[in-house]
Amino acid sequence: MRYLPLTDADRQEMLATIGVSSVESLFRDVPPAALLARPVDLPKAQGELEVERALSRIAAKNVSAGSVPNFVGCGVYRHHVPASVDHLIQRGEFLTSYTPYQPEVSQGTLQVLFEFQTQVSLLTGMEVANASLYDGATACAEAVMMANRVSRRSKAILSGGLHPHYREVTETHSRFAGFSVAAQGPDVMGTEDLIPLIDAETSCVVVQNPGFFGHVRDWTALGEACHAAGALLIVVVTEVVSLGAVEPPGAMGADIVAAEGQSVGNALNFGGPHVGLFATRDRYVRQMPGRLAGQTVDAEGRRGWVLTLSTREQHIRREKATSNICTNSGLCALAFSIHMALLGEAGFTRLAALNHAKAVELADRLGKVPGVEVLNRSFFNEFTLRLSKPAAPVVEDLAKAGVLAGVPASRFYPGLADLLLVAATETVTEEDISTFAEKLEEILR
Amino acid sequence: MTVKYTEDHEWVRLEGDVAVVGITDYAQTQLGDVVYVELPAVGWKVEKGKEAATVESVKAASEVFAPLTGEVVAVNDELSGEPGQVNSDPMGKGWFLKIRLADPKDFDGLMDEAAYRAFVEGLG
Amino acid sequence: MSGWSQALSGFGAGKGESATISGNRALQIEEPLLFEQDAAGRCGVDLPEPPAVSDRLGGLGRKGPIGLPGLSEPQVVRHYTRLSQKNYSIDTGLYPLGSCTMKHNPRLNEKMARLPGFADVHPLQPQSTVQGAIELIDLLAHWLKTLTGMPAVAMSPAAGAHGELCGMMCIRAALDARGESRRRVLVPESAHGTNPATAAACGFTVDPIPADARGRVDLAAMKAKLGPDVAALMLTNPNTCGLFEGEIVEIARAVHEAGAYFYCDGANFNAIVGRVRPADLGIDCMHINLHKTFSTPHGGGGPGSGPVVLAESLARFAPLPWVVHDENGFRLIEEAEGPAAESLGRLKGNHGQMGMFVRALSYMMSHGSDGLRQVSSDAVLSANYLLAALQDELTPAFPGPSMHEVLFDDRFLKDTGVTTLDFAKALIDEGYHPMTMYFPLVVHGALLMEPTETESKDSLDRFIAVVRGLAQRAKAGTAEAFHEAPRFTPRRRLDETAAARKPILRWRPGEREKVAAE
Repeated sequence: MRYLPLTDADRQEMLATIGVSSVESLFRDVPPAALLARPVDLPKAQGELEVERALSRIAAKNVSAGSVPNFVGCGVYRHHVPASVDHLIQRGEFLTSYTPYQPEVSQGTLQVLFEFQTQVSLLTGMEVANASLYDGATACAEAVMMANRVSRRSKAILSGGLHPHYREVTETHSRFAGFSVAAQGPDVMGTEDLIPLIDAETSCVVVQNPGFFGHVRDWTALGEACHAAGALLIVVVTEVVSLGAVEPPGAMGADIVAAEGQSVGNALNFGGPHVGLFATRDRYVRQMPGRLAGQTVDAEGRRGWVLTLSTREQHIRREKATSNICTNSGLCALAFSIHMALLGEAGFTRLAALNHAKAVELADRLGKVPGVEVLNRSFFNEFTLRLSKPAAPVVEDLAKAGVLAGVPASRFYPGLADLLLVAATETVTEEDISTFAEKLEEILR
Repeated sequence: MTVKYTEDHEWVRLEGDVAVVGITDYAQTQLGDVVYVELPAVGWKVEKGKEAATVESVKAASEVFAPLTGEVVAVNDELSGEPGQVNSDPMGKGWFLKIRLADPKDFDGLMDEAAYRAFVEGLG
Repeated sequence: MSGWSQALSGFGAGKGESATISGNRALQIEEPLLFEQDAAGRCGVDLPEPPAVSDRLGGLGRKGPIGLPGLSEPQVVRHYTRLSQKNYSIDTGLYPLGSCTMKHNPRLNEKMARLPGFADVHPLQPQSTVQGAIELIDLLAHWLKTLTGMPAVAMSPAAGAHGELCGMMCIRAALDARGESRRRVLVPESAHGTNPATAAACGFTVDPIPADARGRVDLAAMKAKLGPDVAALMLTNPNTCGLFEGEIVEIARAVHEAGAYFYCDGANFNAIVGRVRPADLGIDCMHINLHKTFSTPHGGGGPGSGPVVLAESLARFAPLPWVVHDENGFRLIEEAEGPAAESLGRLKGNHGQMGMFVRALSYMMSHGSDGLRQVSSDAVLSANYLLAALQDELTPAFPGPSMHEVLFDDRFLKDTGVTTLDFAKALIDEGYHPMTMYFPLVVHGALLMEPTETESKDSLDRFIAVVRGLAQRAKAGTAEAFHEAPRFTPRRRLDETAAARKPILRWRPGEREKVAAE
């Protein structure tokens, strides 16, 4: 077996050193009835060629998004990732290292995390960010639980513009952790007013910008209403590229930002692994979940980095920790950080402008198709269409015609049969848009 | 001025009906460098034996239990900027909070210095 | 100041006789922050001019700059290459972190995960276009169920701790369905911190149970704590002392007789994979860290993946989505309906860590059922070899045999003036990542070593020689040298107290100058 260096001669020598005759005797604490006499019923070892052949065959059964005109979004976006990103994250010193608990031999990862935290703080307009969580949806649930700790209250109001997966993950936690959730119905037109719902029990209000249906909104007044009532404003961002064009949550009074960072540096990966971004105000930092890298000096007075404020975390605080999270999304955060470093201010803002322009072109073109109505007055790179036919079969027909047309809202809200969410990133071409519009017109006719 | 002690390694000094509370030199030595002290808000009611504050070193967080029942009338805000005072001057500048006692007679039930010293020696 | 005299101002110029002008030490090159390399307008990506459109941002266009630095591609590549060289990794050398299973990460797995048919597939494409992706989840599930002997598996948890959350939520859901409000969870003192943190996150209270003199659960003490309010036992097996809980079947029976569930933490599954099926030990659920046993890379702290195998009694509460297979092919059930009507709901966005699934399956298929058996054999053999070779110089916490990892305490350092921490830092200077230190909490000054099955005997022998040599030096009264370690790393010991007292958690313009002035 190519990954196992011990030879039979090595094994015999090692057994002799231990003073036993066989490996079996090292398993003598296992109840004999539970010891398997032979391998389980699964295929035997295979070489690289055979494994590659078998897995490639399975992969070939999928339509990869890059092989066809693709307009699928809803929290996961296909962007171009520069070649150097994937090369750098595969350097063994990043790929095959552990969590940087030993700072003297982990300064590379620690400096990356410090830079990542800075980038996330800048993008969101917040004061401090952590070293990542699993994904945007779990970051949202963590944000609500943090708001409960800060406010010492236990009722969260969730906007109908919040991604349904984010709402559902938060609801799952609420049932077990013992807080209540007032989740609003789908806010298709982006007009809901949450201010009247805030009361003295409210720990936080969770909104998304741009919202699930694509609307871009100003949450400043909502933030003021939250603060007046002693509640926190949580702003979710599922398309982080929008922060290159849209006012950041920090400028609208957000107390916590929970975001999905997949769009920058990371592939679609059929939904995971992705990377949760989490940012807040300095005054709440000790209630934050997740790891934090901090700056310090070494014994010779040189600048260096360590994991810090660890007393919040499970390995020290145990049942009183701010979260049970341990492993996060380190390598995805690295990919995010490298891509963001390549983009810089000029590149990131241009990328955002490109995305918006493509989406405007798409909206204008699709809006001319008979049987299609664009519902959004504002959007970034994704918007909602009302179709003259149920959207799910239309999307299936378009897939057969070689177009990934977007996500029917009915996948999340069965009652919203005629709505289709479509996204356009910089990867979409003019031909893609024309193909989509023409085939849609044929199908709706 | 009389100072008394608890088995949780707090010292308590009575000033009228107000008890000044901190952690002992033994406690700060055991903790190591203190990096953060979380104190209750003024006006909170604290109950003897229940958590009143938290003191953290780099690798540990310990609860500080209220030695006596009463209302918090002051906390040492300086500790947020200078938590090291708990190490350098635990019985002085490193004080944590002041409690207006519900019943000042409770103070008499705490250990005196000799008893506390014997208690610490007993811990080895 | 001229450009060249400013150029080194951001660098940590060394002190003492080995100081260099640059602060660099040959291959160890100082690297400033990205933000200190900024030039306005510079960019590492060439993007076309956006077409002119009138914006539809609803008047909410960004008003101010973000503050991101501008770098070119060569600068970025060099930045991360230099940073990578300040990390220890499995690719660098033996990484004996106990309970972390730092084994070789095969590169085939990376290649497979990057096939466009896996990496470039959107989770919300029509299911007809992602049949291979769902099939792969189903196939990995089959391997995990077969290796554990359990009838069901929840695939979506994103890491070990997330898997714990999933398992304990299933237990809460099952108790709720039984109409019982049991809330006490028994957790051994030797448990990983995620166990009590998870129990608390699910609304349980934690009741610690002690270890006996042999480093195992004290069965009598555990039984005495069982009662009608006990919801579950959370037990790691093999445990964090590297020992197999030999009375596990009896433990499981007692837990079940008390009406409680048995959660097994599968962090140490590498010790028994292919040789013992956890189902045969009487467990009700167990998470599997794909990034440990099945070698998906740790990546400097994730991403991981933590599928949870479930007994029949818990399976119907598994989180969404579920994978089903019928005559029309594979399908995801994404709502709590039909067979998933009692599902506890959703635990993360989308369908789980697909990228990790591909890597883990590639690893499993490479080893096969025979190779996986050899994995656990060699892992256990290597740990016991360390124990045998070190036991006269160090002090084993418990008699063997160990499983995949071996635990020492700090008695061998008594009166030397050298602590476990010093010993670990000295190991760094010798070219090794330290073992896990001060964990588990049940022994004093713990040193927990897990060599894994992917070290050659030569590699183990060199490590043994170094550890023995360091122990002899410590006993010879050279404490001062230990206190100075590490000396050859890019940074010496770092001031963690200062970092925690006045946290600096991000770069800010002028921060550096401010700190220097204080």
